[in-house]
Amino acid sequence: MSPELGHFALALACAFAFAQTILPLIGAQRRDRRLMTMAPGLALGQVIALGASFLCLIDAAISDDFSVANILENSAVTKPLLYKITGVWGNHEGSILLWALILGLCGAAVAAFGRNLPAALRARVLAVLGGVAAGFELFCLTTSDPFDRVWPAPLDGQGMNPLLQDPGLAFHPPILYTGYVGFAVPFAFAIAALIEGRVDAAWGRWVRPWAVAAWAFLTCGIALGSWWSYYVLGWGGYWFWDPVENASLIPWLSGTALMHSAIVVEKREALKIWTVLLAIATFSFSLSGTFLVRSGILNSVHAFANDPARGIFILGLLGLVIGGSLALFAWRAPSLTAGGLFSPVSREGLLVLNNILLCSICAVVLTGTMYPPFMSLLFGKTISVGKPFFDAATIPLAIPLFAFMGFGPMLPWKRAQMWPVLRRLWIAALATLLAFAVATWSLSGVLPILCATGAVWVIATSATDIANRVALFRIPLGQSFNRARFLPRAAFGAALAHAGVGVSALGLAAMSQAQHKIVEVPVGQTESLAGYDWTLANVKTEPGPNYTALVGTIEVRHNGHLVTVMHPSKRSFNAQNQTTTEVSIHTNGFSDLYGVIGDKHGDDAHPTYVLRLHYNPLAPWMWLGALIMAFGGALSLSDRRMRVGAPRRAPVPNTVAAE
Amino acid sequence: MKRKTRRLWLVIACVAGLGAAAGLTLSAFSSNIVFFMTPSQVAAKVPPADRTIRLGGMVVAGSVHRERHGETPVNSFEVTDGQAAVTVQFEGILPDLFREGQSVVAVGSMTPGGGFAASEVLAKHDETYMPKEVAEELQKSGKWDPKFGPPPNAASWNAMTAKDAKTSSRGS
Repeated sequence: MSPELGHFALALACAFAFAQTILPLIGAQRRDRRLMTMAPGLALGQVIALGASFLCLIDAAISDDFSVANILENSAVTKPLLYKITGVWGNHEGSILLWALILGLCGAAVAAFGRNLPAALRARVLAVLGGVAAGFELFCLTTSDPFDRVWPAPLDGQGMNPLLQDPGLAFHPPILYTGYVGFAVPFAFAIAALIEGRVDAAWGRWVRPWAVAAWAFLTCGIALGSWWSYYVLGWGGYWFWDPVENASLIPWLSGTALMHSAIVVEKREALKIWTVLLAIATFSFSLSGTFLVRSGILNSVHAFANDPARGIFILGLLGLVIGGSLALFAWRAPSLTAGGLFSPVSREGLLVLNNILLCSICAVVLTGTMYPPFMSLLFGKTISVGKPFFDAATIPLAIPLFAFMGFGPMLPWKRAQMWPVLRRLWIAALATLLAFAVATWSLSGVLPILCATGAVWVIATSATDIANRVALFRIPLGQSFNRARFLPRAAFGAALAHAGVGVSALGLAAMSQAQHKIVEVPVGQTESLAGYDWTLANVKTEPGPNYTALVGTIEVRHNGHLVTVMHPSKRSFNAQNQTTTEVSIHTNGFSDLYGVIGDKHGDDAHPTYVLRLHYNPLAPWMWLGALIMAFGGALSLSDRRMRVGAPRRAPVPNTVAAE
Repeated sequence: MKRKTRRLWLVIACVAGLGAAAGLTLSAFSSNIVFFMTPSQVAAKVPPADRTIRLGGMVVAGSVHRERHGETPVNSFEVTDGQAAVTVQFEGILPDLFREGQSVVAVGSMTPGGGFAASEVLAKHDETYMPKEVAEELQKSGKWDPKFGPPPNAASWNAMTAKDAKTSSRGS
């Protein structure tokens, strides 16, 4: 019964979404308060219906209702409960439903937290969100119905890929999707502002928290995905520059630019048109990322052949959202008035530089991702670009970004002198010089050395920034502490997020020096790698619930002292005729020892085993840095100024000349 | 600062940024693009040894051999597209999803002896998965057309083409 209820609830949500699009838009145009105030209620109704629909699908998954095609294809009686629940969004249909649910939640959040927005703006924002939601709910209902029944219902499902049965991957999609979908809110604000023909400081103030929140989720989602590939795939790699990964990196880069340019709109009323364009671009990248790349349309032209209806629907929807918003932008943006003036050396000037560099990196990644499919589509040539291309093209752009990140936050607005700022940074500069010396001595390669130096510079200047603000060591410590207490949390948040970038970059630079070794050894043999002695002490076969595992015991010693005992294993799933690799990782916070066991060879009297041993310096820092960044974003969101002292709009000025 | 001066600065900065990005992209493209080739394409025109390529096709059944050079495990196997076969040498652990008679993509370069030294072997996804490039080449060579149903059973398909591949490579 419940799948039909879920299906009905989804249809209801779609109806709500259509109403949420049309009525408030008409209301805002005619200045009809009754129609405008319907928007929050409709948004709430939509999210309740979507929630009910999602619960129905989860219920069907938990109760093993194999008459539902989606459950049949992706679940089995023996699957653990956690993966029955998380498996709901591990497939195409379920993930679209989750996507719609998160979009609904964003709409409800705007309805709930947007009480102090002007009525017309709120109505328009909710209408845009409703329109996007309506499109995707219609897509879900017509071409990817998660509640489709099969008859007769089989007794057991087909099960889930064992590789995907992992807690990291279970929570990766919701977090990543929240990031992607979160950028729908700045997008809706941008469209509403274009319809209204007005962008001002208050608008920047309203948009910024949404951009920061979406960015923090996207950061976490990307880091979680990268961590998953590091410890599950067992190749020792953390980022493969494959189109699916790039699809999340591109909106992250443009979203980072958006978050920064919104500050300029809020504080100085400049860069308005640019910020609106960035908001549109970021959401367009998110949409294309989730749907074009994931559905394989870009990777393979044949994806259309599998289900033409889906491909055409999605392309049409993307064309409507992206093309429509860009057309609106082209039509309305010239009517937005130009903003405040600033000199190139000023905080705005540096934020502009930040935007240019981030967008350049974004353009490079976009080109690298799109070039191969276009070549194959237009010229029939199959090519690929990989890590060497992206490293060579993006890192030289990232290094000046690190350099400017250091002193940007310390420059005053509007017009600044470089000298007083640089004078305050001598300790940070000293630390950076020291780091450069250490990096030249311990790292090889120009880019890793520069990257590590830039990373230390960013961390040191972020610390200096906070120290300066609390006048550390210039006034008694107690007073400094008091100052720190009253320092806005956004200042700490920004410094933390910047320091997080530095921590991640240090991890990336150090990981370029990772060492590994592949050996085939009998039990008892010792190998040395990176100053550690790795001994294969024992290998045994252990039965599991639905697999048999080959478990190795590797003792790692450093100068004769036992550091750790690792138990990597290789599982063979008989049902799926599939093997998975269980990596064993030992970390001390500064480096990872990473062991993988491969096949058994030789006769039974003298068996040998293939081992893959890795030494990964500073590997945990890459993800730690991302967590620090996201935490910085969260801290900045908790700033009182984001919540209270709601900005009031200045009354509409009568025809003000732009000049 | 006048509005015009500011605009000039902005334009200069934008042009510099995008110019740098375009320059870096082009220079990285010229040295780092990796072409996909099938064994028959390799047989027709052997790429230079310093060029990295992606070699794709099916692993010939019964062609996988393992040796130990000192302590380093070396795998060798033949990759075919039904028209020619190339012997691939790979030092390391073959991926979990590597199977005889199934599709594979090897990244590496040709050796002077006409073999292929792989630095990476990719065999991803489930058993029915076939890399898009391999599927396209099979279609081009007339071995399989997606219009007429799913790909043929890997084992039987391979037994047939392995022979074909052997004869054609001997002939050439």
